[in-house]
Amino acid sequence: MAAAARAAECGVRVGIVDDNFRLGGQIWRGESDGRQKTDASPWAERVRASGVTVLCGLRVAHQQESGVLVAETPNGFCELTYEKLVLATGARERFLPFPGWTLPNVMGAGGLQAMVKCGLPIRGKRVVVAGTGPLLLAVAAYLHQHGAEVMMICEQAAWADLASFVLALFRWPGKILQGIRLKRDLAGVPFAENSWPLAAHGQQTLESVTISHAGKAESIPCDYLACGFHLVPNIELPSLLGCAVANGCVQVDDFQRTTVPSVFCAGEPTGVGGVESALIEGQIAGLAAAGRVTEAEALLGERRKARRFARLLDRTFRLRSELRGLPLSETLVCRCEDVSYSRLRQHSSWRAAKLHTRCGMGPCQGRVCGPATQFLFKWNPDSVRPPVFPVRVETLAAVTGQLPAQYSEVTGGQ
Amino acid sequence: MHSQVTVRVNGTRVVVPSGTTVAVAMVRAGEPCRTSVSGEPRGPLCGMGICFECRVTIGGIPHCRSCQVLCEQGMEVTTEN
Repeated sequence: MAAAARAAECGVRVGIVDDNFRLGGQIWRGESDGRQKTDASPWAERVRASGVTVLCGLRVAHQQESGVLVAETPNGFCELTYEKLVLATGARERFLPFPGWTLPNVMGAGGLQAMVKCGLPIRGKRVVVAGTGPLLLAVAAYLHQHGAEVMMICEQAAWADLASFVLALFRWPGKILQGIRLKRDLAGVPFAENSWPLAAHGQQTLESVTISHAGKAESIPCDYLACGFHLVPNIELPSLLGCAVANGCVQVDDFQRTTVPSVFCAGEPTGVGGVESALIEGQIAGLAAAGRVTEAEALLGERRKARRFARLLDRTFRLRSELRGLPLSETLVCRCEDVSYSRLRQHSSWRAAKLHTRCGMGPCQGRVCGPATQFLFKWNPDSVRPPVFPVRVETLAAVTGQLPAQYSEVTGGQ
Repeated sequence: MHSQVTVRVNGTRVVVPSGTTVAVAMVRAGEPCRTSVSGEPRGPLCGMGICFECRVTIGGIPHCRSCQVLCEQGMEVTTEN
């Protein structure tokens, strides 16, 4: 949104293509639709006022040729042509397997929050929030405010790391304020560091969670487990377009230019730094894409500061090695293809595991089990191939340019 | 525009506020979104269209990511097997 607004304000033609049905990504999630004033409102207003074309519910799956993207719509597909492209694909949660993590009502931390924002009643429900990262606190505070009984926040990071994180925040006064607000919002909610889920229990759905707390196992009855281990950049689309990636992040220069001409990248894909960082990078990308390099330069100082915060996040919330011991032999690691830990353990690489077990070959295309196996087995992901998301046969046929007549009849054609 | 929407989840009527996603309607109804390849019930995980755990059949169309679809009056949703 920041990239689009800044570029459009320079007088160029801008369109936003968003997979979600409302503008605002995963953090703002439609809060920008004007019903109430939030942090999203000023940017939503700028997007509106600058005449940006907003296309929601479109999922980019492929780049047909340089400058032409193919996106799926709810009922078909379309081609999108561009001269300059800013990729802001965001991040997803990292999920780690533990016994029972596939039970219904075990969700991501951001996942449960998203569900509540989309109408899930949470008042009076018992929730355990577990994993790692600042998102846990934000989610717990949100759920608590909306009437959930947050039984425990389990943060795997060690107390010493958390303490140095808090001390390092002096560089970011805004974050300290946020922290103080969170602490107030979370008054009375139990918080445990050095703590992580050992197992989720239940028959058809979640009933309780066993957590490790101060070296002891403790069982907590609950309706929901909101569990995420920090975030993983969504680099599939940038990778497909040929953008260089290092250490799981899209490589960009000071002006958010990727290694592919005319393609920029902003926000979490360049390194998980949170919403403030994404807003700065988005603005730089938007200005640079519109050719206003001097104006973009004015934001570089803020960008450096935001980058430092991203590195601090990585350091503080790195995963402890004990988490590699969570899955049992029969624990499923790949949820799409139901591949167990013991079957994966027999292989030496992601490629071998894919070929022999179908791990990572289901609909999510390794977006969930890929980061998990990277942590568990130190496997590196392979190259990305089109389409980057599962698509309908008619889209696939159109992309390859061969839509046989019988398919066109079966699908109704487009 | 209705302030409430009625959908059918596995044949049972579920009334939800408008703006509710199909994934939420499934959880409210206590129904799994899909059955995994080894027969486990599954519900939404990521809530943002990445994990495909919440895929359901909507109006006869399979593999719909229910967290990315808003409930519409009269929608027929079934658990995907």
